[in-house]
Amino acid sequence: MVDLRVKIGRMTLANPVMPASGTFSEGLARVFSFDHLGAVVTKTITAELRGGNPTPRVCEVGQGMLNSIGIPSKGVANFIDKIMPEYERFSAPLVVSVSAPTVELFGDIVRQLDIPGTAAIEANISCPNIEEDGKAFAMRSRSTSAVVKELRAATKLPLWVKLTPNTADVAAVALAAQDQGADALVVANTILAMSIDTETFKPRLGNILGGYSGPAIKPIALRMTYQCAKAVSIPVIGCGGIASTEDAVEFLLAGATAVQVGTATFVKPNTMLEIVDGLEAFCQRKGIAKVADLIGAVRDTDMNVDKLEALP
Amino acid sequence: MLSPARAPSTAPQAEAAFDVADTQALVVSNTAVNSDYFHMVLEADGLAAQARAGQFFNIACPATGNDLPYLRRPMSVYRAAPAKGQVEFLYKVTGAGTRGLATVRAGDSVAILGPLGNGFTLDPNWKNIVVLGRGVGLATLAPLAELAAEQGVGVTAILSARSRALVMSVERFAKSGATVEVVTDEDGSSEPAAVEKLLERLIAQGKADAFFTCGSNRLMLLMKRVGEKHGIPGEVAMEQQMACGLGMCFCCVRSFATPDGDTEQRRVCLEGPVFALREALSW
Repeated sequence: MVDLRVKIGRMTLANPVMPASGTFSEGLARVFSFDHLGAVVTKTITAELRGGNPTPRVCEVGQGMLNSIGIPSKGVANFIDKIMPEYERFSAPLVVSVSAPTVELFGDIVRQLDIPGTAAIEANISCPNIEEDGKAFAMRSRSTSAVVKELRAATKLPLWVKLTPNTADVAAVALAAQDQGADALVVANTILAMSIDTETFKPRLGNILGGYSGPAIKPIALRMTYQCAKAVSIPVIGCGGIASTEDAVEFLLAGATAVQVGTATFVKPNTMLEIVDGLEAFCQRKGIAKVADLIGAVRDTDMNVDKLEALP
Repeated sequence: MLSPARAPSTAPQAEAAFDVADTQALVVSNTAVNSDYFHMVLEADGLAAQARAGQFFNIACPATGNDLPYLRRPMSVYRAAPAKGQVEFLYKVTGAGTRGLATVRAGDSVAILGPLGNGFTLDPNWKNIVVLGRGVGLATLAPLAELAAEQGVGVTAILSARSRALVMSVERFAKSGATVEVVTDEDGSSEPAAVEKLLERLIAQGKADAFFTCGSNRLMLLMKRVGEKHGIPGEVAMEQQMACGLGMCFCCVRSFATPDGDTEQRRVCLEGPVFALREALSW
């Protein structure tokens, strides 16, 4: 019997597998029970009502998906009244993803959602679509510090901070979030990208720019998970292109304590279940008693690396 | 890519709460209907074969040559036969996904997620309905004609195409008992003005208690206008690019008219793909 439990701060998850925000909703409960997951993570909620971006909102590019959904949101009251009750019947803890356009409003929405039923807050300070030209808090350490400080003051709930890959120094941003009291980091989000239709000469997304996700970005997210896990002492939750058990193992080895599965769920809705089962089978095959023993177990010591090249 | 995975031990086993399944369906046949269209018959027991007219599946299309379709492709049900445990699709080969799908052969396996979305509604008080479709929209309307026939509702099917050679499913509509009217671009009978006259004639004959359409924005707008003029209710089945098919990703939104004169965005996969004609807007 393999112990699949992992600890994220003071939370103990039944297993390290959960959905990535925005790629999951209560609708997936029509396919399988969320009781099998380590946690559930909501689509990002904003206080303001948002319609989202113009269509087309999605196109496939290589082995990945480019999207510019734009965080459509029906607001906090709708979430509390209509969405939250849908999750009550499941044992998996409910992680509520939030975003806001300013530091102050970030604090406001977290205070409104600090209610029974919310197991943790995931602060989406990294969505590339929400602000002008894809700029987000998590692009810089200073703006990350400011917003996490406000969030920490606003709630005693476990506070997860979701970072962006669209930054020059993700480890520095990770440290800034840790220094201001984040309980865990989610690394990372979609990569700012674009695609042009060569027949029509038009951008393939209505919003021109979008976020790239799926298997194509996995090595980048893995690298960032590794860098962040080396830099901080709080748990890192790996996210980016995870579609199989081996992908999840890779992120755990790189230092992730848990993983989020996103775009893969669109392609194969049962992916998360397969990974939960696959992790157990993997550990059995390797003679590993606890999945937590995989965390950071990459054999990277005594390797002759060029520090300047490998860790810019 | 499509190898039937071992069912995870944690996977729910046919619990009543689950009304959508990712089914590994066995290909019975997959053959060209004409230069553009393929007809695929799948053996898919359980939930899949229970699909209702207007519902759809999100289908994993295999990689072939240079085509590496990553996302699934949504396709409406052409026929669902619960007794035979079969589900059928009629699709146009237009891109990387459908090019790949066109290569699957009898004995292969295809993953289909569904049934998804809301099907057509038939009011038991209706005696006669009109279905109006063009292109691949005919595939969506064919099972509706059969459903109506089963419920003793008379159907007039107006099938629109570029040419007579390209009209599909004429026999299928006729076999269901529908009165079939073929209109084409080559003789000008598919022009909205000509189709409008046809609709007016059917209304005058009492053959139009409700309207249904799929596959053409022009024809949808026409049916909506004529329906509103005569107080005839109707439904339209819509298409849109999708990723998940389950309402999670919010990719497949379109604008719809609300009762208070505003517009709002709705997900074609979850709130649709069948919508009330009075709420439909040009796409």
